[in-house]
Amino acid sequence: MSFGWSKPYEPTSALGKWFDERLPVPRLVHGSLGGGYEVPRNINYFYNFGVLAGLALVIQIVTGVVLAMHYAANTEVAFSSVEHIMRDVNYGWLMRYMHANGASFFFIVVYVHMWRGLYYGSYKAPRELVWMLGVVIFLLMMATAFMGYVLPWGQMSFWGATVITNLFSAIPVVGDAIVTFLLGGFAVDNATLNRFFSLHFLLPFIIAGVVMLKIWSLHIPGSNNPTGVEVKGPADTIPFHPYFTAKDLFGVGVYLTIFSIFLFFMPNFLGHPDNYIEANALATPEHIVPEWYFWPFYAILRAFTFDFILEAKLWGVVAMVSAIVLLFFLPWLDSSPVKSMRYRPKARMWTYVLLADILILSWCGGAVAEQPYIIISQIAAIYYFAHFLIILPLVSRTETPLPLPASISEAVLKGDASTGAPAGITDTGRNAAPTAQPAE
Amino acid sequence: MFRFISYAIGATFIFVLILAGYTDLKAAADAETSESDQVREEYHKYNKSVDWSWNGNMGLGVFGGFDNQQLQRGFQVYKDVCSGCHSLKRVAFRNLQEIGFNEAEVKQIATDWVVEVPSINPDTGEADTRPATLADKFPEVYPNEIAARAANNNALPPDMSLIAKSRPDGSNYLYSLITGYEPVPASFPESQKQEGLNYNPHFHSLWIAMPPQLSDGLVEYADGTPATIDQMGKDVAAFLTWAAEPKMEERKQAGIGTIIFLLIFTGLAYIAYRRVWADQKH
Repeated sequence: MSFGWSKPYEPTSALGKWFDERLPVPRLVHGSLGGGYEVPRNINYFYNFGVLAGLALVIQIVTGVVLAMHYAANTEVAFSSVEHIMRDVNYGWLMRYMHANGASFFFIVVYVHMWRGLYYGSYKAPRELVWMLGVVIFLLMMATAFMGYVLPWGQMSFWGATVITNLFSAIPVVGDAIVTFLLGGFAVDNATLNRFFSLHFLLPFIIAGVVMLKIWSLHIPGSNNPTGVEVKGPADTIPFHPYFTAKDLFGVGVYLTIFSIFLFFMPNFLGHPDNYIEANALATPEHIVPEWYFWPFYAILRAFTFDFILEAKLWGVVAMVSAIVLLFFLPWLDSSPVKSMRYRPKARMWTYVLLADILILSWCGGAVAEQPYIIISQIAAIYYFAHFLIILPLVSRTETPLPLPASISEAVLKGDASTGAPAGITDTGRNAAPTAQPAE
Repeated sequence: MFRFISYAIGATFIFVLILAGYTDLKAAADAETSESDQVREEYHKYNKSVDWSWNGNMGLGVFGGFDNQQLQRGFQVYKDVCSGCHSLKRVAFRNLQEIGFNEAEVKQIATDWVVEVPSINPDTGEADTRPATLADKFPEVYPNEIAARAANNNALPPDMSLIAKSRPDGSNYLYSLITGYEPVPASFPESQKQEGLNYNPHFHSLWIAMPPQLSDGLVEYADGTPATIDQMGKDVAAFLTWAAEPKMEERKQAGIGTIIFLLIFTGLAYIAYRRVWADQKH
């Protein structure tokens, strides 16, 4: 994989050589995370978020496995077993708060990562499968997070599960049968809790498997970059190690610091107080809201309030599913040959409007289902679909992109000149380009 | 072709959303807020804000811990006033040692506790009760929900173990609620008064089953602090905050250490990053 000028793996020790001949794992690591993987030299801090997503997944799996040692998936004791973890298990509070906040941070990281992909056109040829596998991971994450939120068996767990599984009943003819099948009964109960626990434990490992496929498919063409111009020669790239291992380590430090602020000083800020009340099938909470990372999609679901041929609820479900599934088609909805929004002034403006639109949808999704939130979420949902299904296909056919740099290395040099770096400082680096301050 | 399918799907969703928005707006223009909602909005009061010990310097909460003296006073209020109806079933007697009681004192508290722990008579095998021990959690006040409701005019006194975390802004809310009883305002519409309930503007529905509990001098504090309503309200809210999150101090201490470590780590990582990149243009 990768480019002709990639440094091949050379075992440095006899043991390494012996091992490499029998099981070439060191070769694999070298080629995917080491000096053998060549990366565009101009990728910015947004490109740290892939590694951070991997870290977030590892944190979730490690803390989750520990929590599963102390948690009991039974409606009689589930809530109490979580409190047992919080009060009596050594550092149980740490594991649980890491897991709960870790889920939120996983979504934050993935949302930034997706935004990066949207902005720099990382979903376009030849990386369509990288993007689509990412959407698969996103869907798996949503399923995992949803089922995980049910496990503490609080009020929001129970009522969230009831509301969301009930959506399937909107499917004509077989809807009710599907709901019964999913729940293992006619209502959210012990059978539901048990299967959710089982699947919640399973899915992260499936996510890990899809992550491997995604990295594999990424490493065929190599990473995209902020110019969207493909790598043309050795001057455009530098090896992953040590350059990006060093940069990612710094990114990891920043990420863990921000994560720790939430974890240790405001661990319940992203949660809902009602989930500290044990589930009660006879008392419906005043407002049932999902976790914040589902709010944009929840707003789309609730925006459909009118029975037009189909039931409003079915429209909502179809729209909510479409809102995510349409991302699979993004590589073909956007037909512009130019990847990066840096060189697409019109599409760039609409992409920023989309960002604002998604933030508005999130805000509405977390609010009560009353006016003016309903009409705001309806307008925002209109834009969401218009953006992907109408505006983007039209703009990508009609806009005139700005001139692209001939290559990544040219863009780097030009960028440097425009920032007015002091002249006369030369360097002996591999491209003999003037150094001084990096262009970033 | 693909493009036109996409336009058609987009236009369909937009059309249905416009229909939905139009009908909703028309319905909203006709709708009137019910009187009970209006009254609730008009008379409901937001939480009073207390400067808690755990808010620490500048209210950032980073260095603020519990005040054990206050927690002990709060426990006394819970024991003398609340525990008649409200259980504390997720807290164990042994946990009281964490707020500064010594082992002998806690043993005394456990054995003297009015409600005994359900057990089995070792001779006959019949249901029985025994005095609580250090290892026991606070026994539940009522054997079941029906008994609890029967004793409280069909209202259910909630368990207090997690109450501070299960209400938004829990500590301030508990203080505001327990000290917030007021005479019904003269302007309050007669039709919205609720027979058998008590007026409290800090309660979400304004009418709460629990009668006012605190009066000046109701308990006699062991440390001599004057037991005003305000003082008791703060103390018991502080105690319940500890009961809901007993590991708060441990958590914050671990947090300070972790953040200091991470700042040094991140700083070094940044220096390493710049050094590694010193010969590169990017």
